[in-house]
Amino acid sequence: MSTTDPLSAFPLAMEGREAVEGATREGRSLTPTERAIAAVEAYTPAEAAERTLRNEMLADSRPGSRQPLIINMGPNHPSTHGVLRVIVELDGEVVREVVPVVGYLHTGIEKQCENKTWWQAITCVTRMDYLAPFANIHSYVLAVEKLLDMQIPARAEWIRVLLSELNRLASHLVFLGTSGLEMGAMSIFFYCYRERDEVLDMFEMVSGERMNHRYFQVGGCAQDIPEGFLERLTKFLKEMPGRIDEYEALLTNNPIWIDRMKGIGIIPAEQLLGLGVTGPTLRAAGIGLDLRKSEPYSGYEHFQFDVPTEIAGDCYARYLVRVREMRESVKIMQQVIDGLPEGPFISDDRKVVLPPREELAYSMEALIHHFKLVTEGFKVPAGEAYATIESPRGEMGCYVVSDGGPKPYRVHMRDPSFVNLQALRPLAKGGYLADLIAVIASLDPVMGGVDR
Amino acid sequence: MPQEALLTMIIQAIIVVVVVLSSFAYLTLLERQLIGRFQARRGPNRAGPFGLMQPLADLGKLTFKEDFVPEGANATIFRLSPLICVIAAVGTLSVIPFGGVHEIGGHTITLYGADLSVGVLFVFAMSSLGFYGLILGGWASGNKYSLLGAARSAAQLVSYEVAMGLSIVGVVMISQSLSLVDIANDQAAHIWYIVYQPIGFIIFMIAAFAETNRTPFDLGEAESELIAGYNLEYGSVKFAMFFLAEYTNMIIVSAIAATLFLGGPDGPFLPGFIWLGIKIAVLLFVFIWVRATVPRLRYDRLMKFGWKVLLPVATANLLLTAVIVGLGFAN
Repeated sequence: MSTTDPLSAFPLAMEGREAVEGATREGRSLTPTERAIAAVEAYTPAEAAERTLRNEMLADSRPGSRQPLIINMGPNHPSTHGVLRVIVELDGEVVREVVPVVGYLHTGIEKQCENKTWWQAITCVTRMDYLAPFANIHSYVLAVEKLLDMQIPARAEWIRVLLSELNRLASHLVFLGTSGLEMGAMSIFFYCYRERDEVLDMFEMVSGERMNHRYFQVGGCAQDIPEGFLERLTKFLKEMPGRIDEYEALLTNNPIWIDRMKGIGIIPAEQLLGLGVTGPTLRAAGIGLDLRKSEPYSGYEHFQFDVPTEIAGDCYARYLVRVREMRESVKIMQQVIDGLPEGPFISDDRKVVLPPREELAYSMEALIHHFKLVTEGFKVPAGEAYATIESPRGEMGCYVVSDGGPKPYRVHMRDPSFVNLQALRPLAKGGYLADLIAVIASLDPVMGGVDR
Repeated sequence: MPQEALLTMIIQAIIVVVVVLSSFAYLTLLERQLIGRFQARRGPNRAGPFGLMQPLADLGKLTFKEDFVPEGANATIFRLSPLICVIAAVGTLSVIPFGGVHEIGGHTITLYGADLSVGVLFVFAMSSLGFYGLILGGWASGNKYSLLGAARSAAQLVSYEVAMGLSIVGVVMISQSLSLVDIANDQAAHIWYIVYQPIGFIIFMIAAFAETNRTPFDLGEAESELIAGYNLEYGSVKFAMFFLAEYTNMIIVSAIAATLFLGGPDGPFLPGFIWLGIKIAVLLFVFIWVRATVPRLRYDRLMKFGWKVLLPVATANLLLTAVIVGLGFAN
């Protein structure tokens, strides 16, 4: 190695290259350790060799030398779902390399939670995946409730299921609309947003906010569902299957739509599992993993619904799975409406839950509890807990650690958008630039959730 | 009287250009209104009744934007290319017959700019020239997205011009003339060519979508992939000119389709130019309708479609027409 080698400043990279060279010389594959050293991302020997070739090609700057076109897509590009930045290496229109860069929407939510009381942190976590705010809070409150070992009233659980499914519907509508827009089919976007707006209005009816609700509380829900909500929802649910039929009529058998989506963005299901991909992307590859079925929470075991799966594992399968999930969500919500139990909407554990407002007028004890909860917050026994739910994008996990105080010691979210985004590189490599857009659309990442 | 002839020519030219340019402005409004309806929303309705002042407002906005040239651009070509597009588009207008020969106040007025004996070829030459505007504009912008858009436009041009040309040859064979005026007159005397050439008409319309860069073939400016493609770096009046060229091309292509296949100004009761206007409007509606409905094709599929589907079908259609004309069935 000469001293002018640019890599010499990076001992780890040097070590990695030596490992790769050694393996190539000896004609064997890299040992796991060597592979880990070789780079932060694990390259197979073939990939490493390809990389070396490419580096040589890049170094050749003579006129007429064939060089790839490096394009910087994003963070402000119309179809990177917010602020995802993708550095793409193109050969003509063929994508040779994809490097996603994240962090443009980082707001330090997890760290902020540590400076809030347990119930204030809800306000933070709800803002992560802004298309599925209920899923964010749901996983958080489940984790805290696990630590507190609380019993949740049945009505509260059913309301949680109802709103989670409504949220899934709204989120999938955004997926469908934006995918359409990214494939150049404008109108579907407006149809989907018309229905989503109705859902957001209903969210506002329940929680007072269209987005970033803090409606689920530790112990139940902040308040009962308002009068007239169920009627409005019933009317909406009656309409919705017909609307979904309309979307399908526009897209499912459309030859151009099929041509753009079918056979695009496939990697084997094992690799998806290895990358930790969950949700519709995994189900589209034939693995029917749905936490609502496999580890029922919040009373999902009471409801009859199917977990839609496809085996193709391409963008089209992901689209089909999501559309069918919308229909299943409608089914679940119908069941919730039909069998919604009466009773309290929040636990009556006065050490955790605020006393009812009217009780403050005559009960000294209630006043003291209210004062303590509002000023100091409730204390959570020391320990750690992990709770997962099935968000519209996959496994949404929340890991909380308590030191026994009124504030979390640590809150960490396993956001499905972030994990699923890891599949972007293998999915999009080797396809066309237009396929890269289709793959990003079908992974449906929400950057608020990725960066947190 | 050559002086009088010259004067009528100039007046005619001015009228045609003014009419077409204002219909361009209102075509944008019509498109936005229609697409609004397709998409369950209202469309522009703030400026004036039914948004009728919207085109003026847009024009005013674009005119007062800063007219800039990006640093990495080739300034001369960058400035020139929108002009190429507009000139090619407006130039094509001169051969389209908007109506027959009229007598007004003792003057003979022909409702077409020029009756070229090679009218069809002229139209093709001009529309291909217009593509240079896109290609050069995208290349001269000094932006990778624009470059990709330009490359796509170029590929699109070669794949579609051939099929489009072949789809018209059938018409030329039947009418035995390359002059658009003769073709229109022949149809008025006999029967519209769409009856003889249904496949030719379909191929022509498909190629027309590619020719005018419209969805599903709007690859050159694919918003979701290339942001805006070749016109990414353009702003202000230069952008408006690209826009003008695109919409004028839409009108022209509709006019040519109407002239070649739908009888041109031919129709009962109403004057010829009104019939042509109606036919153009119907075809424009189809353009807008398609834009609101279908997704965009992928670049390689577009090429495949052009070379492997359209071209063989057009050739087969041509052979069939040749045999039929040769046997003396038509006319």
